Amino acid sequence: MRIIISLFAAFFMASAANAGTLEDVKKRGVLNCIVNTGLPGFSYTDKTGRWKGFDADMCRSLAAAVVGDGEKVKFIPATGKTRFTLLNSKEGDVIFRNTTWTFVRDVDVKLTFLPTTYYDGQGFIIRKSKGVKSAKELDGATVCIQTGTTTELNLADFFRANKISYKPVPIESNEEARKNYLADRCDTYTTDASGLAATRATFDKPGDHMILPEIISKEPLGPVVRHGDDQWADIVRWTVYALIAAEQHGITAGNVDKMAMDKSNPNVSRMLGSEGNLGGMLGLDKEWAKRVIKAQGNYAEIFERNVGLKTPVGLSRGLNALYTKGGLQYSPPFR
Amino acid sequence: MSGVANQASIKLVGIEPNFLLRLWRNKDTRSIILQILTMALLFAFLAYIINNAVLNLAVLGKTFSFDFLGFPASYDINQRLIEYTSQSTHFRAMLVGILNTALVAFFGIITATIVGFLFGIIRLSNNWIASHIVYCIIEFTRNIPVLLHILLIHGIIVHVLPSPRQAHTLADSIFLSNRGLTIPDPIFGEGFSFTVIAFFAAIGIIIGFARWARKVRDESGKIYPVFWISTGILFGLPFLVFLLSGSPLSWVVPELGRFNLKGGITMIPEFLALWLALSLYTSVFIAEIVRAGILAISKGQWEASQAVGLQRNRILQLVVIPQALRVIIPPLTSQYLNLTKNSSLAIAIGYMDIVATIGGISMMQTGKEMESMILVLSIYLCFSLVISAFMNWYNKRIKLVER
Repeated sequence: MRIIISLFAAFFMASAANAGTLEDVKKRGVLNCIVNTGLPGFSYTDKTGRWKGFDADMCRSLAAAVVGDGEKVKFIPATGKTRFTLLNSKEGDVIFRNTTWTFVRDVDVKLTFLPTTYYDGQGFIIRKSKGVKSAKELDGATVCIQTGTTTELNLADFFRANKISYKPVPIESNEEARKNYLADRCDTYTTDASGLAATRATFDKPGDHMILPEIISKEPLGPVVRHGDDQWADIVRWTVYALIAAEQHGITAGNVDKMAMDKSNPNVSRMLGSEGNLGGMLGLDKEWAKRVIKAQGNYAEIFERNVGLKTPVGLSRGLNALYTKGGLQYSPPFR
Repeated sequence: MSGVANQASIKLVGIEPNFLLRLWRNKDTRSIILQILTMALLFAFLAYIINNAVLNLAVLGKTFSFDFLGFPASYDINQRLIEYTSQSTHFRAMLVGILNTALVAFFGIITATIVGFLFGIIRLSNNWIASHIVYCIIEFTRNIPVLLHILLIHGIIVHVLPSPRQAHTLADSIFLSNRGLTIPDPIFGEGFSFTVIAFFAAIGIIIGFARWARKVRDESGKIYPVFWISTGILFGLPFLVFLLSGSPLSWVVPELGRFNLKGGITMIPEFLALWLALSLYTSVFIAEIVRAGILAISKGQWEASQAVGLQRNRILQLVVIPQALRVIIPPLTSQYLNLTKNSSLAIAIGYMDIVATIGGISMMQTGKEMESMILVLSIYLCFSLVISAFMNWYNKRIKLVER
């Protein structure tokens, strides 16, 4: 009888308590990271089945900080619709899936948005042969959109504000949208400009398609965690800042060990753990930031390797340059 | 007397340790105990689930409320049977989704029934080629998941058909392209209501005529070609009135705009794919049900009908199918329910049904997972209950009347 009672008690103990993501991840030894099902340059699998891209690399940076090994990541591919459910049901610890920070999501959907890793905006891609020069000429066009995203809402607003009509074709993933666009099921495909560039890079003849000049929205994309676990949010937040600060101080994956020994710059010393114990305050160890940078390099390295000008995606830094170079990427001080 | 009672109670106390065992060994009490335990476990399970949901919602800081249904939906829907804009409410978006599901289920059920009956009867025909072609279609179709049928047909429409500029066209008024099937849009002028009235009058006349014809047949044995005369009345009478009232109907013929065909009614590829795939997939199951129903009628019925000189078609129509329906209707009901529920696979190709509207975009934009899913579940339940109720009514009507 006692066994039955204890069984019942265990049964009734709902898996409450949102805190403790850090303990969960440490105990598991693996970071569960929610990423895009497939967006070239940001998160996709290569021929060998390895997850690659800007977002996937940041998952590895975070895993390096928390678990100590950048390869201890379980990637959970999610569509625009499933990502928040996967996070809230604790399937994943963090979302690194070009997710736009909006008021409703932050306040009403109860998500915690962390520093923006990519400042983006929504654009349109269209065949040059359609002879369209501006998004305002799209009256009557059929438009492919990824359903469950903010782009769907921006699109409705844009057409309403310009008093023109369109026919939406809602599609679940970027890959499906790409297929429908190439089959000319829709005249134009709209999503974040970075996604358009990344998708265009996979076309047979990228030169036949153009991205229209209008950027119709602000899309600050960054990592997301559950509401209510401040410690975990701090860890993800400062991991991103560490990547940005590393770029500013010229710390790279190659020279991070040397920089840690050199104590000439107190800012660098504090961050890399050779002075004080910032890591301990996060619930991690002293060398967390060192591992973050060593895993995938600093922000600039991750950017250039995955989506930079030398890659097929070919994005320039633009708004995502450091604040010292006219961009918006800025890390608060490590002290 | 009291002494006896005392003795009995003492005896009862004496056997107390074995009392439960005795109850257990008794067949009746054992069954009651088991039922109580089952119910208790069931309630405990439900309580656990609800408790868990409430606790987790509280932990996430979410409230449980349906207020969001009154907020603007802010997204557009490509196929809408009622007025809807991006400023309409989430509730309105849900209605649009419900109607889209109902539309595809309604047309799917009708098409699947007609095709299914035809397939089922051809499958039994004495024509070897016809029956074996249908046999191949049935085996091919029912052994492939319905999702693949949907994707296949959608793929064919989108990838194989030409763009609107090179659309296949019939008499420059019906267009088939990878944006769907576009037909002229009728505009009903003043006085068209007479035609509508004539149509309903024709239905009334047909019912009266059919009753009269049956009476004549029962009394004198004379048989009128009821079907052909009825069809004539059904189409002839409204058409005559239509001409007499001055043909009050005009058409908006679709024409090529900058991107798409403008004007006319367009059945989008997603609707076409879902409708055709669901109809085809369900029709082959119906074909097998119809075949089973017909084969369930004993050979003696056929032989007796042949003996009185009826032809094969008349035997089917008058003797076999009325009896076979009693076998066919109950499994047919399940097929209708399946078709309606399978329509939720629309999500794979982006048809805006219930799952895509309230259970998809609205849920996503408001973060009301629990509430949206409860709504979606209840709506499908209502659909299923309505279909079941109708089919049960029909089943009762045609069942064997014992005298």
